[in-house]
Amino acid sequence: MDATTSVHPAPGDGDSTPTGSIAALRRLTPYLRPVRGRLIGSGAAVLGSMVCGLMIPLVIQRVLDGPVATRDTGPLPWLLLAVAVLGTAEALLFYLRRRLVARASTRVEAELRADLYHHLQRLPISFHDRWQSGQLLSRAVSDLSTIRQFIAFAGIFLVVNSITLVLGLLVLFWLSPMLGLITLVFAAPLVMISSRYESGYQVLARRSQDQVGDLTTTVEESVLGIRVLKAFGRGPQLTARFLKQANDLRNTELAKYRLQAKLWAAILLLPELGIAAQLLFGTFQVVDGTMTVGTLVAGVTVASYLSWPTDSIGWLLAESNQAATASARYWEVRDARITVTDPESPRPLPVDGKGEVRFHDVRFRHSGSGREVLRGVDLTVRPGETVALVGPTGSGKTTLTALVPRLADVTGGKVTVDGMDVRDLRLADLRTVVAMAFEDPVLFSASVRENVALGSPGVTDEDVRVALRIAQAEDFVDRLPWGLDTRIGEEGLSLSGGQRQRLALARAVVGKPQVLVLDDPLSALDVHTEAEVEHALRSVLSGVTALVVAHRPSTVQLADRVALLDGGRITAVGTHSDLLATNPDYRDLLSTMDESADEESVA
Amino acid sequence: MTTTAPNGTADDDFAWRGVATEDTEEVTHAIGVKLHARSRALLATLVRPVAGRTALAFLLVVLENVAQLSGPLLIAAAIDTGIPNAIAGDTTVLAWCVGGYAFCGLASAVVWNVFLRLSSRIGQALLIDLRQRIFEHAQRLPLSFHESYTSGKVISRLTSDVDALDDLLEVGIDDLLTAVLSLVGISVLMLWLDLPLALLVLAGLVPLVLVTRWFYLRSNLAYRSTSGAIAKIIVQFVESMNGIRAVQAFRREGRNESIMNGLNVRYRDANADALTVMARFTMNVRLVGNLTLALVLAIGTWRVVDGGLELGVLTAFLLYLRRFYDPLDDIAQFTNAYSSAIASLEKISGLLQEKPEVAEPEKPTPLPKNPGQRGRSITFEHAEFRYSPTAPVVLPAFDLTVPAGQTVALVGPTGAGKSTLAKLVARFYDPTSGTVRLDGIDLREVSDVDLRAAAVMVTQENFLFSGSVADNIALGKPDATRAEIEAAARAVGGHEFITALPEGYDTDVRKRGGRLSAGQRQVIAFARAFLADPAVLVLDEATSSLDVPTERVVQKALESVLADRTALIIAHRLSTVLIADRVLVVDDGRIVEDGSPGALISADGRFNALHTAWRDSLV
Repeated sequence: MDATTSVHPAPGDGDSTPTGSIAALRRLTPYLRPVRGRLIGSGAAVLGSMVCGLMIPLVIQRVLDGPVATRDTGPLPWLLLAVAVLGTAEALLFYLRRRLVARASTRVEAELRADLYHHLQRLPISFHDRWQSGQLLSRAVSDLSTIRQFIAFAGIFLVVNSITLVLGLLVLFWLSPMLGLITLVFAAPLVMISSRYESGYQVLARRSQDQVGDLTTTVEESVLGIRVLKAFGRGPQLTARFLKQANDLRNTELAKYRLQAKLWAAILLLPELGIAAQLLFGTFQVVDGTMTVGTLVAGVTVASYLSWPTDSIGWLLAESNQAATASARYWEVRDARITVTDPESPRPLPVDGKGEVRFHDVRFRHSGSGREVLRGVDLTVRPGETVALVGPTGSGKTTLTALVPRLADVTGGKVTVDGMDVRDLRLADLRTVVAMAFEDPVLFSASVRENVALGSPGVTDEDVRVALRIAQAEDFVDRLPWGLDTRIGEEGLSLSGGQRQRLALARAVVGKPQVLVLDDPLSALDVHTEAEVEHALRSVLSGVTALVVAHRPSTVQLADRVALLDGGRITAVGTHSDLLATNPDYRDLLSTMDESADEESVA
Repeated sequence: MTTTAPNGTADDDFAWRGVATEDTEEVTHAIGVKLHARSRALLATLVRPVAGRTALAFLLVVLENVAQLSGPLLIAAAIDTGIPNAIAGDTTVLAWCVGGYAFCGLASAVVWNVFLRLSSRIGQALLIDLRQRIFEHAQRLPLSFHESYTSGKVISRLTSDVDALDDLLEVGIDDLLTAVLSLVGISVLMLWLDLPLALLVLAGLVPLVLVTRWFYLRSNLAYRSTSGAIAKIIVQFVESMNGIRAVQAFRREGRNESIMNGLNVRYRDANADALTVMARFTMNVRLVGNLTLALVLAIGTWRVVDGGLELGVLTAFLLYLRRFYDPLDDIAQFTNAYSSAIASLEKISGLLQEKPEVAEPEKPTPLPKNPGQRGRSITFEHAEFRYSPTAPVVLPAFDLTVPAGQTVALVGPTGAGKSTLAKLVARFYDPTSGTVRLDGIDLREVSDVDLRAAAVMVTQENFLFSGSVADNIALGKPDATRAEIEAAARAVGGHEFITALPEGYDTDVRKRGGRLSAGQRQVIAFARAFLADPAVLVLDEATSSLDVPTERVVQKALESVLADRTALIIAHRLSTVLIADRVLVVDDGRIVEDGSPGALISADGRFNALHTAWRDSLV
């Protein structure tokens, strides 16, 4: 692997050293199996059209040697008909070859992509934090398109041309063992050169595809970070990085082409030298009388007929290597383990569950990091209770909340909901009972309705409206040009931070979850809206168990109790006023500047 | 799409400009012609710089063809003359033929090697040129464009659409040229051999031209559709990967999959469609070719039997005819890749045609010298803003002067226009009418470099780029030393948590800073701004995610830094507002109150009401 690649995609995941291209391609077999009939049919069509193409000159020969030479036009109509029929058959087989492969190759590509997407959506957050999204995107788009093109063209010709080469060699040996041997002697170095070339080419192909991924990452960041780039006028710096990466890619591509050019030169040259040698040795034999001129002509003709299958080896090898690398890159992601999975024998949620959430000696460490973020957290959130989680920046509050809906799994201890380890529940069940809202409200390019209901089936417009009302979002949604149908998110209307967060809150409450996990969702709201959302939430929170990450006294006020998280442990639990009075760390965290500033200004 | 298109004029004359036609699969003929012309024009500008080398590459193709074509002639000579002579004892001719053949093989291998290297250089030069143009242009386009044009689309312009051109270059101009050379050469030979038969063959070209035209139109349609479909896949993919937390927490996987499946099927079918069109085209070409062959054979034989034609001429004619149609397959291959590339270039050229409305001045006016980076004054003169000529006014024309060194807090309800006003100062937008001046200079006359050095905006959204923490802070000042970076981090209270990271300042922030909390990301964004040390600082809810102790540190730092700077602060915390020299209450795009915090609190206005609400929210 190129160590100079600045943004390496895959620390730890998958093995990126080039393995045999056959092995990488073989992994595509399960996807090829359903379409193997079409692929074989397409290969047969290629062979068939080659046969037709070869027979037409033979029939023409018969016309010239027969009716024309003898001036006897009797069999002429039949021979002409034969040319027309063969010609039509050849054309139809041309059609068939592409037609059969059209559906097959595009179907394989679509299925590979669907399965990749399916897998990616289930991979844990830790995977997504580690992988550059450009690397994922380049796999989902350009690598898969490489594989499709390989199946549609190179793959079939690789098989057909190999068959043609073997058949051609057999014919040569049958004509004259000497001519066959000469052809073989000149073909042998090709095998060596090709295999040496292959290992070099594969490294370059891999590098180039990784560089495409890096380039895609930069492109993505340049667009998603456009505000920051514009605010600091740093577009030129990123452009310089982009150009450097584009230039690296160009250099790799050029190295690939140089290698190809060498191989192709050898591939073009050696068979030609073989034909020259055939001519030379053949003539000696003809002079000796051990070979007829006819045999020599036939031998040379067969050898030249083999020139296309031979010439195409360079191109086919390049395509195969590219496809093999694409496949290897693809499987790197598919091989990443989905660590957050449904248990083998999931237990049903208790019917009379009240939504008690308990952390038992919970520990958490990011993979590959030696330091535990959470070091034995014990906390109980009683049914119907709201607990605020307070702690200094980076103390692990967000990590702790993510453990409840299993966006990540504990590395020690356990989290239970109504006494059941969350890992014993079906994910779908767990995530129905537990809903979340994040600090950064993510909206999708879809209607307001869809953004609130998200995936849940059976959510009616009325449910959506109730949720919007709770989140104090109904009024502004009604004022949007198309109400619930207004497209928002990246491809639609842009909303203010407060509006976005209110929609995210509506989303959290729409499924009437028993447990709400809120990661400081009020941070971006202005004073009036915050008060309104708080007011509404208060009524909702009375019915559910809630864990709320809080930075502000105003948010803490929503809670029945407050837990202070510091140094990876819960260091204090109590009511806000108790903790303010007794815990100096807490006082430092929560005695607001608003308070002091206000006092100053009043003073 | 229910939003207005970026260039959403209904006027037909403009319906094809820029990115307006992107989502339309079928465009009217007149617009289609314009789009094609635009794509071809882009292609032409790409080819122009490499025209010389391309001509050289053409020459090499011709040479290679000559070497290739001489091979069969030499074999024929060897068999017809060389072998009989050799049997008679004279090997001279044979030796020349065999030697010549080997030489031709060597020559064509060498020429081919040189050609491949040359053509790959040309192709790569073209690609890098195109990539650079799109990237730089996308960076120059105003924020308003990016806000309405999905990020996934820009990404697909730079990835899948550039790939389509790459594919065209892979198919290679050499095949096309070889094909054209053989077609012309063989046509001339046939005309010379026998005029009537040659005319018959050329008549066969008429249906071929029609079929080719059909093919070109159909495959263009198919590729417009594939290029649109893959862009939609990219958009969906990017969105779900960036929002993966919400996707998983809310079980959106299934819904996402059904959306993706729909797009995937569309792309699959569009691609299969394109391949099928190609299949029908090559079939028709073959069919016309083979039937013409049968016809030539019939007429030729009849004429030979009648004595009107030499047998040798017919033989040669038939041999050439067979080779006449082979290159047509290559031409089909090329046309196929060409229409795919044109469909993509159409979208790329549309993006390139979008005008960077917030453009850099051609002759920028330098800002007055500012020793010691003191604050600069900001003046709004009858500044009015709306997103597009048809959209409602967001900020009605207003006047406002912020003297150098003043700290102004903007307060008001969500959607009142506070952010828009702030963005005018950072020149994310230009006012629709009126002007915004910095130290008396119209922002539109200030060079981007000067403006960004003088005024920096920190928003709530804290995008981190891949790279280390230090890299991300250094974005504020690319040539900053490590000491400066650390000092900036210290000033905003970030030094402690940064040094606690596994590799301190060199820790890779990973994707979008996924390893850091929102508060930590915001601290890094602040450090960036402090490092940039601008004369004018615009903060748009930049402290919303900070915890209280961190905010206290940031506030302290702000107070000392802002002492002699000009600042525009949008905040919803009373504490932040109270450090301001002046408060503007904005409602519905208008400044409804203006005064010092103290004065406004004593007045019986909105700020007073807000202030009361704030105080009540405190413990």
